[in-house]
Amino acid sequence: MAKHWKTLLNGIIKENPVLVLALGTCPTLAVTTMAFNGLGMGLAATLVLIGTNTMISLLKNVIPSKVRIPAYITIIAGMVTIVMLLVQGFLPDLNKQLGIFLPLIVVNCIILARAEMFASKNTVLASAFDGLGMGLGFTLALVLMGSIRELIGSGTIFGLTVTKDVIDPMIIFILAPGGFFVFGILIAITNKVLAKRGKTRPETGCAMCPSREFCKNAGQGDCSEANFQ
Amino acid sequence: MKLMSILFSAILVNNFVLSKFMGICPFLGVSKNVKSAAGMSVAVTFVMVMASAVTWPVYTFLLEPNGLNYLSTIAFILVIASLVQLVETALKKYIPSLYEALGIYLPLITTNCAVLGVTLLNIESSYTFLETLVNALGAGLGFLLAMVLFAGVRSRVERCNTPACFKGLPITLIAASIVSLSFFGFSGVVEGLFH
Repeated sequence: MAKHWKTLLNGIIKENPVLVLALGTCPTLAVTTMAFNGLGMGLAATLVLIGTNTMISLLKNVIPSKVRIPAYITIIAGMVTIVMLLVQGFLPDLNKQLGIFLPLIVVNCIILARAEMFASKNTVLASAFDGLGMGLGFTLALVLMGSIRELIGSGTIFGLTVTKDVIDPMIIFILAPGGFFVFGILIAITNKVLAKRGKTRPETGCAMCPSREFCKNAGQGDCSEANFQ
Repeated sequence: MKLMSILFSAILVNNFVLSKFMGICPFLGVSKNVKSAAGMSVAVTFVMVMASAVTWPVYTFLLEPNGLNYLSTIAFILVIASLVQLVETALKKYIPSLYEALGIYLPLITTNCAVLGVTLLNIESSYTFLETLVNALGAGLGFLLAMVLFAGVRSRVERCNTPACFKGLPITLIAASIVSLSFFGFSGVVEGLFH
C-alpha cells in the first residue's frame, strides 16, 4: 500500500505532468479561463487516465509492440468517448464550456505518455494509482492556473466575486496571451523551486514521441531538425 | 465570399496555435529554426486537408445517417492515424524527394491535436465539403504562419541573457504570449474586408 501511495504522490507533486513534465500544454492553456473549467477538464482527464492505464496494463502482454501506439490510441479514444457521453449527459454546462477540448483528450500527450512509460510496464493496480496521481496532478495544475487567470482576468474565483468591485479586471488574462504568460511564469517558478532543491527537470517529453527511434537527440528534449537522422 | 472569409479568419483571427491553443507541442518543440518549422507546418497543412477530405464524407455518409455521431472521435483518430501511415508509405515510394523533406515530421502529426481539432470543428460548424477543405487549408496556413514567425522570434530570444529560471520553456511561452497579443490586431479585419 505504501508503494501505491508513493506512486500517487509522485504524480501529484514530484512529477506533476503539467508543471514538471510540461506535458498536455494545449488543454492547460485553452480551458483555464475559469477555475471551474480547469477542475472539470482535470477530472474528466483523470477518469480517462485511470481507465486507459488500467486497460493498457491488463492488455500489455496481448498487444504486439509494433502496433502498440495505434492500439493505445484506440483504447484511449474509446475511454474518452465514454467520459464525453457522461459529461454530455450529466454536466451539459461544462460540456459547452470545454467544447472541442473534451474530445481532444484523445491526443493529450499525458495519457499516451503514461501508457507508454508506466502502464505498459507495471501491474494493474500500480497503473491505476499512477493514472489517479497523474490525473490529480493535472487537475491541481489546471485549477491553480484557472484560479490565477480568473482572479486577475475577471476578479472572481470559482465564480465568487473577490476583487471584481475593487480593481478593474484585466481581461487580457482570460484571453490567449494571458494563458501563455501565466503558464510561462508558473513554469519559471517551478524551475526556481526545483533549482533550490538541487533537482533538474526530468526530460520525459521524448518518451512518447513517435519519432524517437530515429532521433539522435532522443531523451534530451531537443527537437531541432538537425537531430533527426 | 464566404470561402474567403473562412480562409482568412482561420489564418489570422482564429489562428489555431495562437488563439485556439491547438498544436502547442510542435509549436514549442519544432520551432527552433525556420527551416524545420516550415517543413513541419507544410506536413501538418497537407495532413489537415487530407484528413478533412476523408473525415467529412465518413461523418456525413456513414456516421450521421446511422445515428453514430458519438463515434466520431474514435473514427476520426483512426482515420488520421491510418492516413498518416498511408501518406508516409506513398511518399517514400513515389516522391522520395518530398519524403526526405516532410517524412520525419509525419509520425509526429498523428498525435497533433490541431489535426483532430480541425476535423471535429468542421463537423461542429456544419460546413459543406468545400468549406471544410478551405477551413482545413486556412488552419494549416495559419499554423505555418505562426510557426515561421515564432521561429524567427525564438532564434532572437534564445540569444538573450534571461534569468536562469526563465531559460528554455518559460521565456518561450512569454514570447509566444507577445506574438499571440500581436495577432489580436487582426480581429475585425476579416469582417471588415468580406462583409
